[in-house]
Amino acid sequence: MPADRTSSPAPGGGGATSTAVVDVSAARAALRDVPHEPGAPKPDPIVVADGIRRTFGGLTAVDVAHVEIQRGVITGLIGPNGAGKTTFFNLLTGFDRPDQGDWSFNGKSLKGVPAYRVARSGMVRTFQLTKVLSKLTVLENMRVGATGQQGERLLRAMFAPFWRGQERANTEKADALLDRFLLIKKREDFAGSLSGGQRKLLEMARALMADPELVMLDEPMAGVNPALKQSLLGHVKSLRDEGRTVLFVEHDMDMVRDISDWVIVMAQGQVIAEGPPHSVMGDQRVIDAYLGSHHDQDLSVESVDLENQILAEVEAEIAGGQPPAADEQAEPAATPGDQRG
Amino acid sequence: MDWHSIFSQALQQGLGPVAAVYCLAAIGLNVHFGYTGLLNFGQAGFMAVAGYAMSAFVATWGLSFWLGSLVGLVLCAVLALLLGVPTLRLRADYLAIVTIAAAEIIRQTVGSVSLLKYFGGQDGLQSFNATFNDLNPFTGSVGIPGVVSWRPYDFWTLVVCWVLAALCCLVVWALMRSPWGRVLKGIREDEDAVRSLGKNVYAYKMQSLMIGGLIGGLAGIMSALQHSAINPSFFATDTTFFAYTVLLVGGAARVLGPVVGTIVFWFLLSFLDLFFGEATSGTNPLIPDWLMDSNQASLMRFVFMGLALMLLMVYRPQGIFGDRRELALDAR
Repeated sequence: MPADRTSSPAPGGGGATSTAVVDVSAARAALRDVPHEPGAPKPDPIVVADGIRRTFGGLTAVDVAHVEIQRGVITGLIGPNGAGKTTFFNLLTGFDRPDQGDWSFNGKSLKGVPAYRVARSGMVRTFQLTKVLSKLTVLENMRVGATGQQGERLLRAMFAPFWRGQERANTEKADALLDRFLLIKKREDFAGSLSGGQRKLLEMARALMADPELVMLDEPMAGVNPALKQSLLGHVKSLRDEGRTVLFVEHDMDMVRDISDWVIVMAQGQVIAEGPPHSVMGDQRVIDAYLGSHHDQDLSVESVDLENQILAEVEAEIAGGQPPAADEQAEPAATPGDQRG
Repeated sequence: MDWHSIFSQALQQGLGPVAAVYCLAAIGLNVHFGYTGLLNFGQAGFMAVAGYAMSAFVATWGLSFWLGSLVGLVLCAVLALLLGVPTLRLRADYLAIVTIAAAEIIRQTVGSVSLLKYFGGQDGLQSFNATFNDLNPFTGSVGIPGVVSWRPYDFWTLVVCWVLAALCCLVVWALMRSPWGRVLKGIREDEDAVRSLGKNVYAYKMQSLMIGGLIGGLAGIMSALQHSAINPSFFATDTTFFAYTVLLVGGAARVLGPVVGTIVFWFLLSFLDLFFGEATSGTNPLIPDWLMDSNQASLMRFVFMGLALMLLMVYRPQGIFGDRRELALDAR
C-alpha cells in the first residue's frame, strides 16, 4: 500500500498543463473522519443520490439507498461484473431513467433532467466503449466538446463573424489539451484512425473541453496496454490536481489502489462497502462479493463433506421447489444481468 | 449513328430542368443523410406537399402563386415536425420506415377520389403556372448554338432551378463549415457521444430534418412548374430513390456532390437511352434485330445504369467527390 502522498505532482504529460495545481490534501483530510460504511455522509459532497432503483423486467439492476461523492477527490466505483456500475453511471448522467429515486449535483436535483443538460451543468462522462467521432478529425472532435458555442445556433451558424473569434479561442484550448494528452501530432488525422488507447485519451481530453467540475470515466483502462496505462493514470490524477472531481468505474484493482482516494463497492445493484482503498480491499463483504463466500474453503477431494453438504442443500432446494432466501453462496453466474458491466 | 445529336440531347437532359429538380431534392437528402445520418426515404413526400400546395392554391382556389409556394414550404416544415417528433428519439431505421410510409400516404391522399375536386385525383392539376410563365424573359430557342438548346419555358425553369440549387448549396456550405454543421456530423458518427458533450441532439436532428425537407419542397414546386402540371405519379417512391442515386453518385456529405451527381446521372441515363434507341432503329441497325429490338432498347438504359452504379459502388464507393479515407475507417 503506497504511503499517503499529499500533493502528488502530475506525471505523464502533465508538464504542459498551464492550470494551477490545487492542493488536494484538504479534501483528502476531510475524508479521514468519514466512517467506512455504505452510504456514509461526506463533509462536502458534489453528488448525492437517494433511493435510486432501476429494474429491467424482473431484475433489479440498481438499488442504491444512499451514496455521496466527495468533491475534489478521485472516487473509484468497483464491483464484479453485473453489479450495476455502468447502469448507475447511466442513471446519474441522464442516459437512462430510474424507476424511482432522486439525485443531485451541487445541490441541484437532476431527476428527469436530459443527458445534454446534465453535461452542460458540469458533469461530463466518457464511455466504456470509447465513442470518438470517427470521420471528424481529432481537432474537430475536440471542438465539438466546447460548450456555449454561438456557432452552434442555426441562424448564427451561417454567418462566420458571429463565431469566428470563439472558434479561435476553442481551437487554442483544444491544442493545449491535445498537447497535454500527447495527441498533438494526430491533430489533423481522422479520429477513427486512432488506436484504442489514443481514443481513450481523446475522449478524456474532449470531456475537458467543457471544463467539467465532475469527470465521470467509465472504465478508462479497459483495453489499454500496460505502458499506456501508466500514462493514463497520470492523466486521471492530473484531473484531480487541477481541482476537478473524478468518479470512475474500473475493474483493474491496481489502478483502483493506486489512484483512488475513496472507493465505493457495488454488488448486485447495491452499495455494499465504502472506504479508502486499503480498508475496502480487506473488507470481508467485498471479498465475498468478488470471490464468493466459500472462496477460501477447500472444495477438493479432501473436503467431500462440504461437497456433500452443498449437494444436499441443492437437492433439498430442487425437491422443495422453494428457493432459499438470498444466500450469497449462489454463484454470480446465476444473475442474468451479467452483460451489463 | 448520329453522335452529335446523341451528345447534344444527352447534354440537354444532363443540364436540363429535370436534372436541376433532382439536384434540389438530393441537396435536401444530403442534409438529412449525408451530414446528419437521418435515413429519410420520403423525400418525395416533402416534394408532393409543397408541389400540391402551390398547385392547388392557384388552380383550385385561384389564389396567389407566391402565397401557395410559401404555404407549401411551411407545410414541409410542419411535415418534418410530424415525422420527427415520434421518430427522432428512436433508432435511425424507424425514421426510414415512417418517412417512406408517410410519402406514400401523401401520394395516395392527393390522388384519392374523395379529394378529386381539390387535387384532381390521378389526373392531377394543370394551368397553375401563369405567374411563373409571365416572368419568363426568354423567347425562341435558348442555349449554346450548335451544341445544345432548350425551349424557352424549359430554359426559364432550368435557370430558376439551378439558381435555387446554387443558393441551397451556398446555405449548406455556410452551415456545414460552422460549429452547427460539426454537431450534425458528430450526430451522424455517434449521437450518444454528442449528447454526453451537452448538445441537444433531438433539436439538431429536427432542424436538419426541416432544412432538408424545405429544400425538398422547393424541388417539388419546381417539378410541378417544370411539367406545367402535377399528378401523384411524380412523387412515387422511385423519385426518392433517384434522388438518393444522384446523391451517392456525386458523393454524400459533399456540398457539390448532388450537383455533379445529377448532371452525370441524367446525362448517362439519356445518353444510354438515345444510344440504344439509335442502335436498334433503321433498316440495318447496329445491334441486330434478333439480339434486341427497339422496344427492349428503351429499357436497356436502366440495365446499364444499374451496372454502372454497381461498378461505382465497388470501385469508388465514396462517389465522385467523396474522400476514400473516410470509408476506409468503416472497414476497420
